[in-house]
Amino acid sequence: MRSVASTVLTLVLFATYLGIGALAHDSRFSLGWALLATLLVWAGPAQIILITTLGSGATAVQAAVAVTVSAVRLFPMVVSVLPLMRTPETRRRQLVVAAHFIAVTLWVECHRLLPRVPRERRIAFTHGLGIGLVSVCLVATALGYALSANLPQLFAAAILMLTPLAFLLSTARNCRHISDILALALGLLLYPLVATLHTGVDVLVSGISAGTIAYGAHWWRARA
Amino acid sequence: MTGWLGSFVGDPQALLTLVLAGFLPNEVWRMLGLWLGGGVDEGSELLVWVRAVATAILAGVIAQIVIQPPGALAGVPDWLRYGAVVAGFAAFIATKRSIFAGVVGGEIVMLAGKWWLG
Repeated sequence: MRSVASTVLTLVLFATYLGIGALAHDSRFSLGWALLATLLVWAGPAQIILITTLGSGATAVQAAVAVTVSAVRLFPMVVSVLPLMRTPETRRRQLVVAAHFIAVTLWVECHRLLPRVPRERRIAFTHGLGIGLVSVCLVATALGYALSANLPQLFAAAILMLTPLAFLLSTARNCRHISDILALALGLLLYPLVATLHTGVDVLVSGISAGTIAYGAHWWRARA
Repeated sequence: MTGWLGSFVGDPQALLTLVLAGFLPNEVWRMLGLWLGGGVDEGSELLVWVRAVATAILAGVIAQIVIQPPGALAGVPDWLRYGAVVAGFAAFIATKRSIFAGVVGGEIVMLAGKWWLG
């Protein structure tokens, strides 16, 4: 059952990158560009945002701001995953490649799988998992790019819908503490409210507020 | 750059944009996490807060894709996108948290709704 769950996440990731490849083709980027983006950026939502903002004629600076905001979430992910891999002898530079691989899927999988891997093998395990997932996604990007000319509109919409569904459910599955559940629910509810303010950093504002309220509830419960 | 390699890689300026607007904005946060997260203990209270903020920011990104949809997804009416997410979540809960059932359920509702609308 566990291996099925990881297969499902890989399938969803594959389909998401099919969609990203198709989006890159329709926005007239080169195949090399699309593949390099998967390798270097390695974050689905960031790539969707990058392609759609640049494709709609925004400047590189505007795109960089939009992507930077969406990528803030990677910071706490890295902070929360790396302690699982570290031993007292681990040097910081040994973790650089592992840190690059951290994105939603790997963050979820590390929290799920690493506790069952012996601590001294966890960095190697993460490298293997990361390289495997990146390879799968490079193939999917190329395939989506090649297919895109023949992709029906409905199929393209279904593929783009996979990202929010898979992200929502894999995060929900990973919720253990009351603070995680609250953070997810409040984050979903607060974003539409904050978005009406058009701050330009809506995701950041709603995320930090919702996360902090959720932590407050956890802190209050622990004291009571 | 000309020929096959030229058309594969494309405009050098687009590559520069990729590095500046795509690679660096993401990598900066990862390396900052690596650099500043060094002394944090696995079970610490700080990490509980950091996890909550990461989860809530991801929730915001999810909401953003559904509320302000990219590309072909914009062709699906608002109510149908929201309905598909709710249906997917219901299927997920009904199957004792199966991601597969939830994703398939949500997609079926969206495709059926689109087909029904014609």
